[in-house]
Amino acid sequence: MNLTLKVWRQENADDPGHFEVYMAQDISPDMSFLEMLDIVNEYIIADDGEPIAFDSDCREGICGACSMVINGVPHGGQQGTTACQLHMRHFCSGDTVTIEPWRATAFPVHRDLIVDRTSFERIQQAGGFISVRTGSVPDANATLVPKGDADLAMDAAQCIGCGACVAACKNASAMLFVAAKVSHLSLVPQGQPERERRAIAMVKQMDKEGFGNCTVTGACEAVCPKEISIDFIGRLNREYGRAILKKGNA
Amino acid sequence: MVAKKKTAKSKVKTSVNKSSRNSADSMNVSSRAKKPFSLKPNIPPGPISEKWEKHKFNLKLVTPANKRKFEIIVVGSGLAGASSAATLAELGYNVKCFCYQDSPRRAHSIAAQGGINAAKNYQNDGDSVYRLFYDTVKGGDYRSREANVYRLAQVSVDIIDQCSAQGVPFAREYGGLLANRSFGGAQVSRTFYARGQTGQQLLLGAYSALNRQIGLGKVKMHCRTEMLDIVLVNGHAKGIVVRDMVTGKISRHSAHAVVLATGGYGNAFFLSTNAKGCNVTATFRAYKRGAGFANPCYTQIHPTCIPVSGSHQSKLTLMSESLRNDGRVWVPKDKKVAEKIRRGELKPSDVSEENRDYYLESKYPSFGNLVPRDLASRNAKEVCDEGRGVVASGLGVYLDFTDAIERLGENTVRERYGNLFDMYEKITGTNAYQNPMTIYPAVHYTMGGLWVDYNLMSNLPGLFAIGEANFSDHGANRLGASALMQGLADGYFVLPYTIGQYLAEIGEGDRPSLDDPAFISVQDEVECRINTMLSIKGERTPTSFHRELGQIMWDKCGMERNKTQLQEAIKLIPRLRQEFWSNLKIPGENASLNQSLERAGRVADFLEFGELMCRDALQREESCGGHFRSEHQTTEGEAKRNDDDFSYVSAWEYMGENKNPKLHKEPLKYEEVKMTQRNYK
Ligand SMILES: Cc1cc2nc3c(=O)[nH]c(=O)nc-3n(C[C@H](O)[C@H](O)[C@H](O)COP(=O)(O)OP(=O)(O)OC[C@H]3O[C@@H](n4cnc5c(N)ncnc54)[C@H](O)[C@@H]3O)c2cc1C
Ligand code: SF4
Ligand code: FES
Repeated sequence: MNLTLKVWRQENADDPGHFEVYMAQDISPDMSFLEMLDIVNEYIIADDGEPIAFDSDCREGICGACSMVINGVPHGGQQGTTACQLHMRHFCSGDTVTIEPWRATAFPVHRDLIVDRTSFERIQQAGGFISVRTGSVPDANATLVPKGDADLAMDAAQCIGCGACVAACKNASAMLFVAAKVSHLSLVPQGQPERERRAIAMVKQMDKEGFGNCTVTGACEAVCPKEISIDFIGRLNREYGRAILKKGNA
Repeated sequence: MVAKKKTAKSKVKTSVNKSSRNSADSMNVSSRAKKPFSLKPNIPPGPISEKWEKHKFNLKLVTPANKRKFEIIVVGSGLAGASSAATLAELGYNVKCFCYQDSPRRAHSIAAQGGINAAKNYQNDGDSVYRLFYDTVKGGDYRSREANVYRLAQVSVDIIDQCSAQGVPFAREYGGLLANRSFGGAQVSRTFYARGQTGQQLLLGAYSALNRQIGLGKVKMHCRTEMLDIVLVNGHAKGIVVRDMVTGKISRHSAHAVVLATGGYGNAFFLSTNAKGCNVTATFRAYKRGAGFANPCYTQIHPTCIPVSGSHQSKLTLMSESLRNDGRVWVPKDKKVAEKIRRGELKPSDVSEENRDYYLESKYPSFGNLVPRDLASRNAKEVCDEGRGVVASGLGVYLDFTDAIERLGENTVRERYGNLFDMYEKITGTNAYQNPMTIYPAVHYTMGGLWVDYNLMSNLPGLFAIGEANFSDHGANRLGASALMQGLADGYFVLPYTIGQYLAEIGEGDRPSLDDPAFISVQDEVECRINTMLSIKGERTPTSFHRELGQIMWDKCGMERNKTQLQEAIKLIPRLRQEFWSNLKIPGENASLNQSLERAGRVADFLEFGELMCRDALQREESCGGHFRSEHQTTEGEAKRNDDDFSYVSAWEYMGENKNPKLHKEPLKYEEVKMTQRNYK
C-alpha cells in the first residue's frame, strides 16, 4: 500500500518545528508502524535527507520507549497497543497519516518525535520505592500477600512509563502514571511503612514538574497501552487525602 | 603495589595521583602498559558448598568510612546494572551509572516474560540448591564453571526475598504465599513469575532501589549516554569515554573501578528477540583493550518465535516457551502439501491427521514437544530445509492448540495463554484459537561474554562484567528463567562483595585524573573514529550493512555450523567491513541527536565481533549446547561433545588490527557432577 505521511520535524528544543510530507510506498500490511518508518528513513537517507528521529527499543510493547501521536491519538488508537505493536494492516492504501511527538510542557522535544521524559524519572526518585537494603529482608513467604491485593497491585504495576496518558490529556496531567505507581506500592503490605510519605512526595514532584491538573476526562485511560484503569486515579486521590490527614502537607 | 598505595594521600576528586607511578609511567598510553594476558579463575579451595562462605570471609573489606572515598562506574541499568548500582550505593560507594535509553527502566531486561528460578523449594517437590546447581551444569552441557554455578544456586534464594521486599508483585496463591510454575522442562516447580512480564516487574524493583539512591545523591545517573570506549591506566580499568546522545558531546569519566553490565550481543545476527539498541560495543571495546572475550560462539536460539514476515523485518518476537506445554508442533508429511499451504491453496485444517508429521512427538517420545530449546530449534530448521515449512518464506512450522482447546476448553487455554494469543494476533493478524500459530527459531540469548574470574573481574584489573555481558554460569546453553536469576545474583549479591577486594587492594588514592594522558588519548581515538565514519559519505546506510552481516551470521554461524561455512564467513565479513569503511553513509553531524551515527558505531563493532564469533565456532570441533557443528553429531543426529579435547572455556585475546586473535583456554574440571551425554529420547 502507499501512504502519505505528515511528520513533525524539529531539529532541537529551540527549533519551532514544522510538518514535512513524505510518501511511504510499497508498504506491506505485515509491517509494524515503526518498520514502516524504518523504510521511509532509508529512503530519506538515500535522498540525502535527515531521517526522522523516534524512540524505540524493545519493539514488543513493554519498554515504553516508543512515543508518537498518530492521527491525533497517542500510539495510534488501537486498544491496548503501543506504536511499536501497531501494524500497517490497520491502514488503507491512500491514507494520509499525521505523526507528531508527545506534546506537553513537562516533555520538551529533543528532536522530531523524541521527547525528554526525565520529569517521570524525578517523580519516581522522589518516592517511588520501598526502602529496603539489599540482604536485610525477611524470607519472601514471611509476608503473606492476599492474592486479590497482589493481582490489583500487578494491574497497576503494568504501567510502562510511556507518557501516552500525558500526551492524550488536554491538561497534560500525569495523574494516571502517578496513580499507577503509587497504587502498586500502597497495595502491598511491604509498601505500608512509607505509604503516606510516598504519596505526598510523588504528587509534590509531579506538580513541580509542570504537569496539569486532572479533570477526569478519561482520555488517559483510553490511550493507555497497558489499559491502566482510571479507578487508580480515584485511589491516588484517596491515598493523597489520607496522607495529608495523617501527616500534614510535608 | 598494595604497599605503595597505602602511602598515597587521598586526593580523590581531581588532582593527578601518581604516587605509585613514576612520571614515565604516567605518560604511558593504555596500550603500552598492557600486562601479559593471563586467566586465573581464582576459585576458592574447599568443598563446593563452603567455597562462597569462606571466600566472603577471606575477601578484604573496605571500611564503612572509606567506602565514600571510592567511585565506581556501572555501565548498564538492566537487572544486573541497576541492582549492582543500587547495592553499591547503599554500601556507601559513589556510583555513576550509564544507559543508552532515556530511562534505566527501559533496559532490555524489561522484555523477559517467563520467570525467574530460585531454589526455594516452596513447593516441597524436592528442589534444593544442589538440584538447581546440577540442572544448570547439565543444562549448560558441561561447559560452565562448577564453583560459579553453585554460588548462583545458593544466592538464588536471597533474590526472591529481596525482590518481594521491594514490592515486586509476584503471582500468589489464595493463601498469600508465592506461586511457582515449572518452566522449560524442569522437573520441579521453581520458577517465580509476575504475569507474562516478570522481567519488567523485577527491573522495576531494581530500578526503584536505584531511584532511591539517585534521590539520595549516591548514584549519578546518565541516561541517553553511550559508552564508546574504556580507559586503562597502567593496565587497570579506570574510566570510560561516552557520548551524550542528545548533544553529541564526548566526555571522560574516571573511577576506581568499572563494571560492565551491558547485556548480550544477539543483535550480531541483526534479527533477534533482543531490543533494537542491544549491542556489543562496551564489551568489545574492552576486548580491544585487552580483556579476554570468552566463548563468543555460544548463542541460544529460541524455538518459539514469530516467523520473519518479510525483508522489512526489524526484530523478532518471542512467544513464551510455556506454549509448548499445550501446543503441538507439526508440519505436513508431504512437501507438496506444504507447497500448497505456502501458496495459500490449502489451509492447515485441510491436512488430515495421517498426513501430519508431529515430528517432536515421534522422534522424542518421552519429552515430545517439551524437548530442550536447541533440539526443538534444530528440528524445526531440519523440516523446513526439507521443504516442509508452512509460511510463505518456507521458514515456519505449526504450533497447534486444537487438541488443547478440545481437551481443556477455549476458556482454560485463554486463561493460560490469553496475553500471548493476543500478542500473536496483534503481530500476525491471525486468531490462534481458530488457526494454528506458526513459529520459527530465532536468536535469543548469548552465553558468551567477557571472561571473568570467580570475583567477576576480567583479566584486566578493575574491570568487572556482570549479567549477560559476562560469559557467566550458563556454559554452552542457558536454562529458561535463569538469566534473570544470574543478573540479579551478580548485581545484588556477588559483585558488591567481590569488588571490595580489588578496591581494598588499590586504596582510595588510585583514581587517575581526567587529564591523565591515557584519558586524553582514548577520547582522541573515539572522536577520530566518529569523524572518520561521518566523512566517508558513501552510499550505504548502517542498517543495510547490519542486515547483510546478520544474514551471513545466521546462514553460516547460526543454528547449525560447519567448517566450510565458517571459513566462508571469515572471508566474507572482512570484505563487508572493508566496504563499510569505504561506502558508509551517515547523514548529519556529531553535534546533535543522530541515530544513524549511533547505529553506525554499533554496526562497526558487530562487523569485527561477528568474525570473532565465527573463529570461536570454527575452533570448537565438537557440538555442545547451543553450538552445533554438523560434523560432530551422533548417528541419531544429536550433538556430540568431545570432553577430552574441548572441556575448556575459550578466551580470546585481541592481537591488533588485521591480526588473528589468540585463543587461550581455561580448563574446566568437574569434581561434583559427572559428565554424561544428554538424552531426551
Ligand atoms: C524476549 C526475551 C525474553 C526473555 N525472557 C527471559 C525469562 O523469562 N527468564 C530469564 O531468566 N531470562 C529471560 N531472557 C533473558 C534476560 O532477559 C536477559 O538475559 C537479561 O535481562 C539481561 O540483563 P542484563 O542486566 O545483563 O542486561 P540488559 O537488561 O540487556 O541491560 C543492558 C544495559 O546496558 C546498557 N548498555 C548497553 N550498551 C551500552 C553502551 N554501549 N553504553 C551505555 N549503556 C549501554 C543498556 O542501556 C541497558 O541499560 C529473555 C530475553 C529476551 C530477549
Ligand atoms: S499509565 Fe499507561 S499511558 Fe500512562 S505512562 Fe503508564 S502505561 Fe503509559
Ligand atoms: S519500543 Fe518498547 S514499547 Fe514500543
